[in-house]
Parts: sequence; structure tokens; C-alpha cells
Amino acid sequence: MFRLDGKTALVTGASGGIGAAIARALHAQGATVALSGTRRDALGALAIELRERAHVCPADLRDPAEAEKLVEAAEAAMGPLHILVNNAGMTKDMLALRMSDEDWQAVLDVDLSAPFRLARAALRGMVRRRAGRIINISSIVGATGNAGQANYAAAKAGMVGMTKALAQEVASRGITINVVAPGFVVTAMTDALGEAQRTKLSESIPLRRLGQPADIAAAVAYLASEEAGWVTGATLHVNGGMAMI
Amino acid sequence: MSDVAAKIKQIVVEHLGVDEAKVTPEASFIDDLGADSLDTVELVMAFEEAFNVEIPEDAAEKIATVQDAIDYITKQSK
Repeated sequence: MFRLDGKTALVTGASGGIGAAIARALHAQGATVALSGTRRDALGALAIELRERAHVCPADLRDPAEAEKLVEAAEAAMGPLHILVNNAGMTKDMLALRMSDEDWQAVLDVDLSAPFRLARAALRGMVRRRAGRIINISSIVGATGNAGQANYAAAKAGMVGMTKALAQEVASRGITINVVAPGFVVTAMTDALGEAQRTKLSESIPLRRLGQPADIAAAVAYLASEEAGWVTGATLHVNGGMAMI
Repeated sequence: MSDVAAKIKQIVVEHLGVDEAKVTPEASFIDDLGADSLDTVELVMAFEEAFNVEIPEDAAEKIATVQDAIDYITKQSK
């Protein structure tokens, strides 16, 4: 089940922990993958690790033009795109009273506007071909909120609404669009927390551990598969039970 | 039939998968040719590509029939 042989997938933020795990999982299921991100060395290293069926497509999603061009570049490398995974994201945490307009906008640009632009670009071909999968990586914070993350929470919640609207627009063409909302996963982002904070965090999770990138990747692989063909506009929460929603 | 009309007819036939005979000038994409709203957007994008023109949204909304498309494109290409 869940094989992706002959499929192509574009994964943004593939130089990060979760993005790399998603790329590995889709690749392991047989997909050809386009690895996007800003850090070329990390993308190159991942492509070498995967050995075949892996292409490096660097892009800086802060630039609207680069977002538009990324789908073109991925299709030039792999052929028509079957799966888009909008995983790239960033945080600029600050209590709202001290949050600058720039930090608000920067997070909205990369975490919400870029996924929209990529989805729009990918859908042009998908609608024509009557097939496709888009998986947007949101966050538990988009559903629960989090002090210090007004920008990030707004972007990640916005992604859920956007997903539902897009899913309705293209459902008649057999295209599904879904969200995976990770809880607290072991990545560079959570490494920034102190040991004491991490322990406390684990204790707040019913399954008593932080998530691994592979926990998230498995959910993405499922939603990308043919077997998930009757699931659209949904949010799959993968958070160790931290928020049962 | 003008070149523009012939080309538009061909795009409509290919895109909507309808019988050529049904694609008359007065045929409405939605009411007569079975297009849905996404089809009409795709048709407009196909016209833009085929004729190398840009059709702004307010103009696109008024293109309801085959003749509407022919008229708009003919006017633009002059």
C-alpha cells in the first residue's frame, strides 16, 4: 500500500528536519523527488544520500517570483508534477506588543503566501491532467495558538482555511489537498529550547515524547498515495495527543 | 469562419470534450456545453495562451458564449 512508483513530488523546506524526512519517505515509496530550500549544501547532501530519483531545486520563497518559478523548475527536472508538499516555513517569535510589522509580514509571506503561490502554479497542470495531491504542512499552533507566535499561528491557521477552499475548487478534477499539522517535533526549531523546557514539553504530551520527523513524513506519504483518494480538505493532526482536535 | 473562430472552436472541443457540431457561436459554455466554473477559467487561460493575449478578470467574466470569446479575441488582436 501507499506506493508512489512513477510519481513526482516537490518538497519545499527539504533542507530542514521534517522536510528531509518527508522527501526520504516519498522517495522510499518510489517517488522521484525535487528537493527545494535555501541551503544548497544540505539539499545536495540529501540528493547524494537518496542517490537516484532526486533533484535539487533551490528557491528562496521570500521572493514571490522564485515561488512562481519553482514549480516550473521542478517540472523541467522531473516532468509533470503529481505531488506538492508545502513544508517550508519559518518563525520570528515575539510577544505581539513587541512584534514589528516586518516580522509579522515576513512569516505570513513565507508560511502562507508562498504555499498559495506554489499551489496555484502546481494546480495549473494538475487541473489539466485531472490528478494531483497537495499536502500543506501546518502546525498544532495554527489550531491552538501559542504565546509569542501571533504571526506563525495566523499563517498556519490561514493555511487550513486556504486548503479547504482550494480543495473545494479542484475536487471535481480528482485532486486532493490536505493539511498535516505536526505537534512538537525534534528539529532545529525545538533544539533551540533548553533541556528543562524540552522535558516539560514531553510531559505535556500524552504519548510522552516529542515527535520524530518520520512521524510527520508517514502522514504525508499516506495523503500523497492513491489510497488517500477520498480524503480532501482534511487536517491530520500528528501531535502525540497533545491536542485532540 | 475566421481563423480566430476556428481556433477557438478547436480549443473548446478539445477542452470540454464536446461534439464539434454543438460548438455553435451562440452556445453557452456552461448552459449548453456542460462546462463548470473551473472549465471556464481553464478556457480563458487556454485562449490567453493560444492568442498570446491577457484577458483581465472583468472581461473574462463576460465571456459566456463561443461568440463572446470570438468577439473579444478578434477585438484584442486588431
